[in-house]
Amino acid sequence: MILEGKTWKYGDNVDTDVIIPARHLTTADPKELAVHCMEDIDAAFAVNVQPGDIIVAERNFGCGSSREHAPLAIKGSGVTCVVADSFARIFYRNAINIGLPLLELGSDAKKIQAGDTLRVDLAKGIVENITRGEAFQAQPLPGFIQEIAQAGGLVSYVSGVRK
Amino acid sequence: MAMTMTEKILASHAGLESVQAGQLIKAKVDVVLGNDITSPPAIAEFNKIGRPVFDKDKIVLVPDHFIPNKDIKSAQMAKTLREFAHEHDITNYFEVGRMGIEHVLLPEEGLVVPGEVIIGADSHTCTYGAVGAFATGVGSTDMGAAMATGDTWFKVPSAIQVNITGSMPKYVCGKDVILTLIGMIGVDGARYQSLEFTGPGIANLSMTDRLTIANMAIECGAKNGIFPIDGVTIAYLNGRTKKTYQAVSADSDAIYTRKIDIDLSDLTPVVALPHLPENVKAVRELPEISIDQVVIGSCTNGRIEDLKQAAVIMSGKSVHPKVRTIIIPGSQAVYLEALEKGYISTFIKAGAVVSTPTCGPCLGGYMGILAAGEKAVTTTNRNFKGRMGHVDSEVYLTGPAVAAASAITGRICGPEEMVK
Repeated sequence: MILEGKTWKYGDNVDTDVIIPARHLTTADPKELAVHCMEDIDAAFAVNVQPGDIIVAERNFGCGSSREHAPLAIKGSGVTCVVADSFARIFYRNAINIGLPLLELGSDAKKIQAGDTLRVDLAKGIVENITRGEAFQAQPLPGFIQEIAQAGGLVSYVSGVRK
Repeated sequence: MAMTMTEKILASHAGLESVQAGQLIKAKVDVVLGNDITSPPAIAEFNKIGRPVFDKDKIVLVPDHFIPNKDIKSAQMAKTLREFAHEHDITNYFEVGRMGIEHVLLPEEGLVVPGEVIIGADSHTCTYGAVGAFATGVGSTDMGAAMATGDTWFKVPSAIQVNITGSMPKYVCGKDVILTLIGMIGVDGARYQSLEFTGPGIANLSMTDRLTIANMAIECGAKNGIFPIDGVTIAYLNGRTKKTYQAVSADSDAIYTRKIDIDLSDLTPVVALPHLPENVKAVRELPEISIDQVVIGSCTNGRIEDLKQAAVIMSGKSVHPKVRTIIIPGSQAVYLEALEKGYISTFIKAGAVVSTPTCGPCLGGYMGILAAGEKAVTTTNRNFKGRMGHVDSEVYLTGPAVAAASAITGRICGPEEMVK
């Protein structure tokens, strides 16, 4: 699948408390969560994010709480993909499990700036920065994690594979 | 092939002779845990799969985050959890009045034992590494799927060996050990890895200290933190668990990607400054920092020994007039024991409030939310921006003795000031 969208850029250690603060965890509805997504570090995000936009961050994105509400809020906001230098492991699992694509880019993530337009080839793991004329290769998803992602998430995978 | 404790436990649960770091496996789980925030979405995913629960004795459900219900929506979430527990006849559902903060409650009830694979839809599930189990946090979908299938997938983590020697000086506690470690390696220093605690110093760490240390393994990104099974473990489990268990130990030639040495004798009381748990400083090196609130409790430091440390400091003293102090025993059993030992009386006489067990303030849920500009000293585990309230509030993480001393003086200070 090829995705194209504008970049929202964040730094190191964006934790799940700022992705979706606990005061909003009385719902698990992605649309309701999306209204408050990122509000403690970037009030403009929820207001201005467009369907198809892409989040790019640096090290350890999604650290902290295991709340699946964090990738749900991002998905609910219309973001199609998160690209980062690295991801915290529970966020990584959760995103795969709910069908939010992730690409781990290493230090190349630094070269992408807010507002850049990216074209992302998920199957090949290629991130092309159209604005700056650069392209980067991400690590492909390993083994059956790719199958979970392709099934659209863990529940579809479990239901399909094990019936 | 030589294996770490984590590798041995994962291999046995995957039905394999051996596993190695990086390998993707499917492993059987011994316990699947959820709370009132993470279980409702897990139940929704479970229902989509359309199968019965894999084992009603191996699912543990604990309403602890927003309970006693803080508002109508959280009441609805707790109700979802309760009805699911009743519908599926879940053996270990803990109702308000009989519950505790999950990671205080499960070890206390003997529900987690050495050699097990435990997943919980809560990041601090790694706490149970203290008793020699492989325990890790997952999300709601993982929990929902595992409630149906009884297994889950893992990437076998590579390991960091944390070699512990010496014994802790007075006023140093398990919290200082783990904060010091996080300060050394950073909040992603063990990302995707296991922290394998080894060395002669472990014999000098109580189960309370170990639970606190393993609890915060996630705060340096670790998948799990695990302690060897020794006399302290066995003594803790005796009379507490009905489960049988196998004492797993690491091979002497197991592979670690990194070795970190911590001499407990060198440690001093520390505080993690806002807004990351890695911003660790010795209490004695801090400038004067006036505070507005103190919270003593949580899955990190809500056990009886933690309350004892605080009570010893606060006995016969008064909380500073400008400070609100909230003390939260981690379970009903801890609460009762603290009552019987006189700690609760000490706290109330000192001018602190004592609450029923809840995660409330730690995650900015309720029961002690911070206003803009306020500073809190807490024995909890995260000091991220906005974690306990307003985005412009500040959280300072520390152990119970420093928190109690700070409550008295109204500024961050060490417990030795109290006994001068």
